[in-house]
Amino acid sequence: MIEVAKLSVNFWAGRTPIPAVKRVDFTVAAGSAFGLVGESGSGKTTVLRVLAGLIPPSGGTVRLAGEPVGAQRSRPRRRRVQMVFQDPYGALHPRHVVDSILAEPAEIQGLDAVDQRVARALAEVGLGPEHRFRYPHQLSGGQRQRVAIARALILEPSILLLDEPTSALDVSVQAEILNLLNRLRAEHRLTIVLVSHDLAVIANICDRLAVMRQGEIVETLELEHLRRGVSTHPYTQQLLRASEGFDRAGLAQILEST
Amino acid sequence: MSVTAAPKPSLRAWLLAEVPRSRRQARLAGWYAAWLVFRANRLALSGLFIIVLLVVTAALVPLLGGGAAFDQDLTRRLLPPSAAHWFGTDDLGRDIFARVVAGSRVTLLIVGLVAVTVGPIGLLIGTVAGYAGGVVDMVLMRITDIFMAFPRLILALAFVAALKPGIENAVLAISITSWPPYARVARAETITLRESEFIMAAKLQGASMARILWRHIVPLCLSSVIVRLTLDMAGVILTAAGLGFLGLGAQPPTPEWGAMVAAGRGFIIDQWWVATIPGAAIFIVSLGFNLLGDGLRDVLDPKRG
Amino acid sequence: MSAPPLLEIAGLSVTFPSRSGKVHAVRDIGFTLGRERLGIVGESGSGKSTTGRAILGLVPPPGLVSARRLALNGTDLLALGARERRAIRGKRISMVMQDPKYSLNPVMKVGHQIAEAYLIHTGASHAAARLKAIEMMRAVRIRDPELVYDLYPHQVSGGMGQRIMIAEMLVAEPELLIADEPTSALDVTVQLQVLAIIDQLITGRGMGLIFISHNLNLVASFCDRILIMYGGRIVESCAAGALHEACHPYTRGLLAALPRVADGHRRLPVLTRDPVWLLP
Repeated sequence: MIEVAKLSVNFWAGRTPIPAVKRVDFTVAAGSAFGLVGESGSGKTTVLRVLAGLIPPSGGTVRLAGEPVGAQRSRPRRRRVQMVFQDPYGALHPRHVVDSILAEPAEIQGLDAVDQRVARALAEVGLGPEHRFRYPHQLSGGQRQRVAIARALILEPSILLLDEPTSALDVSVQAEILNLLNRLRAEHRLTIVLVSHDLAVIANICDRLAVMRQGEIVETLELEHLRRGVSTHPYTQQLLRASEGFDRAGLAQILEST
Repeated sequence: MSVTAAPKPSLRAWLLAEVPRSRRQARLAGWYAAWLVFRANRLALSGLFIIVLLVVTAALVPLLGGGAAFDQDLTRRLLPPSAAHWFGTDDLGRDIFARVVAGSRVTLLIVGLVAVTVGPIGLLIGTVAGYAGGVVDMVLMRITDIFMAFPRLILALAFVAALKPGIENAVLAISITSWPPYARVARAETITLRESEFIMAAKLQGASMARILWRHIVPLCLSSVIVRLTLDMAGVILTAAGLGFLGLGAQPPTPEWGAMVAAGRGFIIDQWWVATIPGAAIFIVSLGFNLLGDGLRDVLDPKRG
Repeated sequence: MSAPPLLEIAGLSVTFPSRSGKVHAVRDIGFTLGRERLGIVGESGSGKSTTGRAILGLVPPPGLVSARRLALNGTDLLALGARERRAIRGKRISMVMQDPKYSLNPVMKVGHQIAEAYLIHTGASHAAARLKAIEMMRAVRIRDPELVYDLYPHQVSGGMGQRIMIAEMLVAEPELLIADEPTSALDVTVQLQVLAIIDQLITGRGMGLIFISHNLNLVASFCDRILIMYGGRIVESCAAGALHEACHPYTRGLLAALPRVADGHRRLPVLTRDPVWLLP
């Protein structure tokens, strides 16, 4: 479904290129979920934005369902790839009620029966009709993220891109959103690319993952390998250890690495 | 800003409903909540009262005796305020109260014309420049700089020389030199909004640039433009009065407040009311706009939860 | 042992007046702290950060703080005036906040900020303060502290900025450090380095630490003792090692809701909140 080959992205500081993504390759099969894990500056979000068509690649190719795509896409093509963002506060227009936020994509794409679609999308993400005419500031962080997910799904995309969808949420709300994403993924046979810094979140959704560092993929591995801690790359092992919490026994080693 | 403080408890309950049932109810409830915040600010409320008074006066000019604004009676020149002439009479024996009342229309006309030209032009140029970026931004902002560099009074003089003295040309001169700050404000806000995630989401949905600007960016820039317009209105009124004072704005016998001050300056020592009363009108209306603008800034501040 | 505990709190409440009545951010909590690492865990709105601020006397107006007892090493903080309270901040209690981007002064050299903190609280000479600042920067494992001394905050990385913040907060050798999500804005690998530095300094100097975080795993692995807060109350208190034996349904719910790498696509149990938890 998604084929990325030798993808490079440069940002420009004046006339000097700053490579953000360096010759990255990966493929995602239809209906599967792929994770991109890494720390800030690893280029994981940049890869996601290229897939979304928000920024153009500097080199390499991106194919979605076999077709090569860039940042300029026709309206029907836009519909196939939707995205959920990190910040549930910044992802919804502060002056639009939930109803207009959800109706707008359907209106842009000229879909029929907008009213029923909005009602159905709300129900699918576990929100009731009482939330339909509220402004984002009247909703909790988890409810806003549900609205953002509903907005992405109302266009019935085949590919859903998730950019740290739970990192701004409390643990208990994160669990609800992860469960929701897993359910929707099965019901809609979605192909998912999930970006996160949290290996546990990736493990909860993805079947395969790539570990990124400084614009490169250092390792690609299956969920099974991650679960059993089978990883060949020292950086992946470092991330795995870090996800376990603080380790007083390994303190000397940590301090050495500063 | 309409006065929606409802006496009926049912309407109030509907507006404060925890669960709005329609877009219209949600929007009205939002306005009502804003009104509640605004109402808590006494000074802003008095500003609103002054502006409402101005509008009501302008609407009721004939009823308030404004029709007498042009009636000269040289036997009754420069009379002090009395029961017959509340604000006295001027050097041509015209009733100053009638002229101040009739002048409210002129002031309102100036304010209205400036607002409907300056706001939209600034908003359009600023948002397009900010959103498009690159060459478009460069060109539009340099044009803005050029207009910003025009000295207001000199331009007005040029207009008057090229066309003819009159209120329309004064307004035109004010508008042409007033929109650049609005474009700059709108551009700065657009640039911060451009990278926000809800704009990215709209792009992903396939929204056109026009749609993103009109539906997403303009509503968020609008509040600061409205606040700025309100605060600038005092300046506009003063400039118009200044032009009138110099004889470049409204022409006699139009009852424009600035021109009235100018006409009264010859008698300022002995017949103080001729110049002072229209001056006080200018002062009060300017103050009203400033107070209103301050209150609106509190209400429309997007950071207010 | 007759020595008073490092920090004693009893009956601490913080309320904020609002249009719809009072909002209780912290409701009648109490605990004592020795020279140990105490973790306070909770979700947003649990009152954990407000508790930290209340100890420092930094609850923003119109918030109201009341307590039956609030004492640092036997000094009754409630009896002190605003000026004396201010003298205690930084000198005897310090606070490290979440994001160094906002807590460092952007137009002041970082070394100078550390030296300034030392100057204010000790009245040392400028030369002595500079030496002390450089020594402190070495203690938080900044390489070439003489070079870093002259950098501005925007020229250093997030992890480095947080280490500078820690150096600034510890330079006056306080008795108690309150760290409010000190590593949440940092990458996981950097996070551990910063924690290791805090750990080393706290144990080395015999200080007390209150570590406020939403991250159960991190707190459980880093601290000696944990308080779990919910809705302004302490619902449970336990030794960090015994967290998995916690019995309060809220704590158990939080633990269960946490995804784990080893679990794969497990459906996560969802926390159902019981209003009973908010009752005293």
